Amino acid sequence: MSLRWVFADTWTLTLRALSHWARQPFVALVGFLFPVLVLVMFAYLLRGGYGDDYPELLVPGMLALTTVFGLETTMTAVVTDAQRGITDRFRSLPMAGAAVVSGRAVADLLHAVLGLVVLMACGWAIGWRVHGGVLDALAAVGLLVLLRFSLIWMGVFLGLVAGRPEAVSAVQILVWPLGFLSIAFTDPGSMPGWLGTVAEWNPLSSTVAATRELFGNPGWESQSWVAEHAVLMAVVWPLVLTAIFFPLAVARYRSAA
Amino acid sequence: MAYGEKMAIEADGLRKRYGETVALDGLDLAVPAGSVCGVLGPNGAGKTTAVRVLATLARVDAGRAVVAGVDVGRDPAGVRRRIGLVGQHAAVDEALSGRANLVLFGRLLHLGVSRARARAEELLERFDLEDAADRSVSGYSGGMRRRLDLAAGLMVAPDVLFLDEPTTGLDPRSRLEVWEAVRGLAAEGTTVLLTTQYLEEADRLADRIAVVDGGRVVAEGTPAELKDALAGDWIEVVVRDADDVVAAAALLARISGVAPEVDTLRVSAPVRDRMGALAAVIGELDAEDVSLRRPTLDEVFLELTR
Ligand SMILES: Nc1ncnc2c1ncn2[C@@H]1O[C@H](COP(=O)(O)OP(=O)(O)OP(=O)(O)O)[C@@H](O)[C@H]1O
Ligand SMILES: [Mg+2]
Repeated sequence: MSLRWVFADTWTLTLRALSHWARQPFVALVGFLFPVLVLVMFAYLLRGGYGDDYPELLVPGMLALTTVFGLETTMTAVVTDAQRGITDRFRSLPMAGAAVVSGRAVADLLHAVLGLVVLMACGWAIGWRVHGGVLDALAAVGLLVLLRFSLIWMGVFLGLVAGRPEAVSAVQILVWPLGFLSIAFTDPGSMPGWLGTVAEWNPLSSTVAATRELFGNPGWESQSWVAEHAVLMAVVWPLVLTAIFFPLAVARYRSAA
Repeated sequence: MAYGEKMAIEADGLRKRYGETVALDGLDLAVPAGSVCGVLGPNGAGKTTAVRVLATLARVDAGRAVVAGVDVGRDPAGVRRRIGLVGQHAAVDEALSGRANLVLFGRLLHLGVSRARARAEELLERFDLEDAADRSVSGYSGGMRRRLDLAAGLMVAPDVLFLDEPTTGLDPRSRLEVWEAVRGLAAEGTTVLLTTQYLEEADRLADRIAVVDGGRVVAEGTPAELKDALAGDWIEVVVRDADDVVAAAALLARISGVAPEVDTLRVSAPVRDRMGALAAVIGELDAEDVSLRRPTLDEVFLELTR
């Protein structure tokens, strides 16, 4: 299979995914608005004792959490295709096998970037500001996209293994404790010792800490090694996840049952 | 035997289990190039599993299959370049329109956009989907979905086409369209393997039929050969009233050695000694009507998969 076809087929399948959103704009819209709703809820209802710079602390956490929500977007698409027999049809076609996964990846990344832009615009509206340089800010967005990239392979793998919509609901629920057992919304210093350590080593936490640093937003005080190497770990974690789940996803796709 | 000389599909002792379930139990199949092969079998016989194996979607535990001259296990990508598959359940994109579906699959078959569009138009017309072409598939009826699915499988004429129960759930008119399409493809040289529950379909469409039961082929041949091979003729007795049915059934059971088919006043069973059977019935029963006839394919099927 020549490289040209890999690109052509990837593009065909990217367009297919995009036309799904174009044909069901309501579904896409709800997907974008849900994180915005959560953000506004946190900012105005769950503010607690925080001061006016709460949005500064909140928005990077919310951006990372939204990125993790993307896992569910990927899984849903994969499970739907598998259930409808589309995956099998693709498998039986003389197309580039890699394109099925890469088309998904390109579409999901575009979706993720759009979601981040919407959320950042809303964050801006409630008082979140970028204090660093433009390049740093772009690097922060880059780290979020990198995390999303690694979650694509995890989503494809989990979707192919589970093959049922119920599994997506399970992941949908599990994402919440994963999101909160992190430094996104809570100071790990305020958690019981071991829990704080787990929260700090949560891959999500590294991305949150790194984006806070790059956006020039305030974060929690912490002297731990992961906290001090946040940007490094925000690169390492997604690479580790990709190294694990990319081969698994491809093998699972290729393997005939 | 090399491809080109004769066989488009050759399967040799295919075995496959799912946990405790034996789906294929040493299935052998040989389909000459350019012919239509009907695979007939009851639910759970292993038809879909066999098709999935031959179309590279499932791997066997043992055995070997060659499709269009290419070994399925060794070069699945090579097989995919030469086959088309329409699975048992419609595999189309619910969120897209019918036309968009066909163009999508055409592009993935590397037809090029303009040829994919042209071919899509042709097939939409052929399967009577023009009016619904721009509606999203989620609003299609089951039969429309099935027709779209078949159209997607016919975007290109492959060397070998697998159709898994292509006409299940279709109305008679659509069924004729599908038959027409299959005959057309076969005339152009495509080898077609189709599974079906409809004996009439196999009888009308297939050059050869393989009857599958319990994961293996239990009989194989042309429709006429199958009818011949099986117990020759059937004797059919029509009794005068319901009270005589039991006696007639008992007699036919004794003559033929198998339990007869009973349909209200009509009792029938396969026989070998035609004249002896006729004489026995006339001598022992006061029947309305007695006749000898060829078995229907239904009876052959029931007999084989008993
Ligand atoms: N993925 C699977 N997992 C477990 N068992 C399976 C699987 N696929 C098939 N089987 C089993 O293998 C056997 C053969 O199934 P198959 O689908 O091939 O039958 P079939 O002849 O196509 O039946 P039908 O006429 O109902 O479509 C059945 O007992 C079925 O339950
Ligand atoms: Mg089946």
